[in-house]
Amino acid sequence: MKLLVKGGQVIDPANNRDDMLDILVEDGKISKIGRNLKARNAEILDAAGKIVCPGFIDIHAHLREPGFEYKEDLASGTRAAAAGGFTTVCCMPNTNPVIDNMAVARFVRERAKRTGVVNVLPIGSITKQQAGEELSEYADLIAAGCVALSDDGKPVSKADVMRHALEYTRMFGVPVLSHCEDLSLSAQGQMHEGFYSTYYGLKGIPAAAEEVMVARDIILARLTGGRLHICHASTLGTMDLIRQAKAEGLNVTCEVTPHHLTLSDEIVGTYDADTKVMPPLRSQEHIEALRAALLDGTIDCIATDHAPHHLESKDCEYNLAAVGISGLETAVAVVMDQLVNRNLLTLNEMVRLFTCGPADVMGLAKGRLNVGEAADITIIDPHLSKTVDPQQFYSKGKNTPFKNMHLTGWPWATIVRGRLVYCDGSIIEE
Amino acid sequence: MKLDRRKDLLGIKDLSKAEIDQILHTAAPMKDVIKRDIKKVPTLRGKAMVTVFYENSTRTRTSFEIAGKYLSADTVNLAVSTSSVQKGESLRDTIKTIEVMGFDLIVMRHSMSGAPHYVARNTKMRVINAGDGQNEHPTQALLDMFTIKEHKGTLENLTVTIVGDILHSRVARSNIYGLTKYGCEIRVVGPATLIPPEVEKLGVKSYYSLEQAVKGADVINILRIQRERQHAALFPSLDEYADLYMLSPERLTGAKEDVLILHPGPMNRGVEISSTLADSTQALINEQVTNGVAVRMAILYLMMGGAKDEIAG
Repeated sequence: MKLLVKGGQVIDPANNRDDMLDILVEDGKISKIGRNLKARNAEILDAAGKIVCPGFIDIHAHLREPGFEYKEDLASGTRAAAAGGFTTVCCMPNTNPVIDNMAVARFVRERAKRTGVVNVLPIGSITKQQAGEELSEYADLIAAGCVALSDDGKPVSKADVMRHALEYTRMFGVPVLSHCEDLSLSAQGQMHEGFYSTYYGLKGIPAAAEEVMVARDIILARLTGGRLHICHASTLGTMDLIRQAKAEGLNVTCEVTPHHLTLSDEIVGTYDADTKVMPPLRSQEHIEALRAALLDGTIDCIATDHAPHHLESKDCEYNLAAVGISGLETAVAVVMDQLVNRNLLTLNEMVRLFTCGPADVMGLAKGRLNVGEAADITIIDPHLSKTVDPQQFYSKGKNTPFKNMHLTGWPWATIVRGRLVYCDGSIIEE
Repeated sequence: MKLDRRKDLLGIKDLSKAEIDQILHTAAPMKDVIKRDIKKVPTLRGKAMVTVFYENSTRTRTSFEIAGKYLSADTVNLAVSTSSVQKGESLRDTIKTIEVMGFDLIVMRHSMSGAPHYVARNTKMRVINAGDGQNEHPTQALLDMFTIKEHKGTLENLTVTIVGDILHSRVARSNIYGLTKYGCEIRVVGPATLIPPEVEKLGVKSYYSLEQAVKGADVINILRIQRERQHAALFPSLDEYADLYMLSPERLTGAKEDVLILHPGPMNRGVEISSTLADSTQALINEQVTNGVAVRMAILYLMMGGAKDEIAG
């Protein structure tokens, strides 16, 4: 089976490519990249006017299976990913049971192969049951296909446990993904602490709740030489700490989410629980700091923190609502519309933050268009305008504060291992 | 916009000065009704209202209930602790159940900020917020403003000091939103841990020193201090709190001679207010309660719509 992607603008930051090129895909692999390619018996995908990129990678998603299939499962979550332009998704271990052993990790991989439409790479838990006490069996988890370790939404509160995780993972070279939150500072908090928490009368979560833990983890990375990655970095202080750690040469990386780059705490005033997320939406000065850090290289990648929830856990009192945003299907369009189209980020930089950026964080041989390698390709239509309608999501989670926003620049086609799985608004089933 | 055009009363934040004036203006004749021998007008005959309190309260709930009854509305209390909420029913379903019984208006108190806003979005009934979490308590602020206006003749350009746990206080917030619309100088004073972040952006001045904060004040509004806050390490003890912030006649020396003392109740005598002050003529605490009924009558009247001549008579 051959597929010829023709006439698009190919942007491949890892290979310094930005040119009008064709890509020929054969047997799931890229066989040629060049001008005016011709191939017999190839299906032609006309990409004229589109942007052709290495497959986008989301290193932070919650696909909920096993255990919470009413929120999302590997079938729906991977279709949401494909519709959102992602060819690879790393899924967090906060499932039930937790991905803290080989059996669950294998289940996720095999189930994703059977029911999913994109590459799914599981993340194992740092500690058994994500309980923050004993280390999970990392060698087993990695043998079963885990690409990183994280206790996800449960911060590793004990410094010595984090220290040992950063030390022990040195044997394997995988990153430890840290959700930085001092639980005593964030307790009962509903939104970012600042003027708007005062104005709306909701208990605030200070930026310091994140920053004290980022500082601790960076100090532990220095102590251990471990490979530390900060999840969903959201504050000005976090950016300063990471910038400093990188300047010092520590092995520290970080991700930001599309929502922290674009939405401020002001929108919480409707008490619509779709705005409730951890870390919380911050104030404008933090948004500005994140945007500045995107440009100076402090931020390694954009990740969705896709957190689908069922209706009942969001359709309720703000304090009772679950935290999280269903983000896979809006991430690219939000970044295109709010940053690229407003000249706050170049197209090339955006592609880097979704491709080789995340691949390098996870140590994956992905995120670039190389002849002979798996044909994971994302194609964006920079002119397509659409209003976000969560009811049209492939994800079971309709929870998004971007609902009803009109955005320009959407994923148009997604090719995973040579197969066109999403094109022009629809998932293409096998 | 006038209140009678508004579906809900959720906060002072979104009221215009004209709406506040309309409520205060309407409350005056209502107060006369309370003083009559026959305390009943037929204005809201055939209207039904329900009070749903997800948080304990005696005076606010009773005040709403009697306000409705004086106006001849049918008034029902839903006792939340004994209702299906205890069986795990969602707020949305509870409200829907009430709505389909035919109520015109719901008065709701909830421990969580924004709960009435959520309810208002999901029901055809009119919603009055009787206090939501740390957000707003609009009818309390309106009765405070009514009381101040009765005594001072105006609300314009007064100096009002609010003392105590500003951080957790919906009474403080609603008073700030209301009085700043009249050009008042609002001062908030309390322990540093109980002053909310960036409170100055609400147009108020914040103080740690009680003495400085009451200097030249026309009105002092004293908030109830809750013992739980001590356990959350927000202040060391009620004794230390009283040493620093308890209002007593001796501590009023810097205030205006005719300073008014307000307290939303219930009081902790000897903690935030001394007994001598609480029982003095400057303290309007009981009058606030009466005015509360009048202001709530005005709001119910404006929201559920009665013919105006029936009140005047």
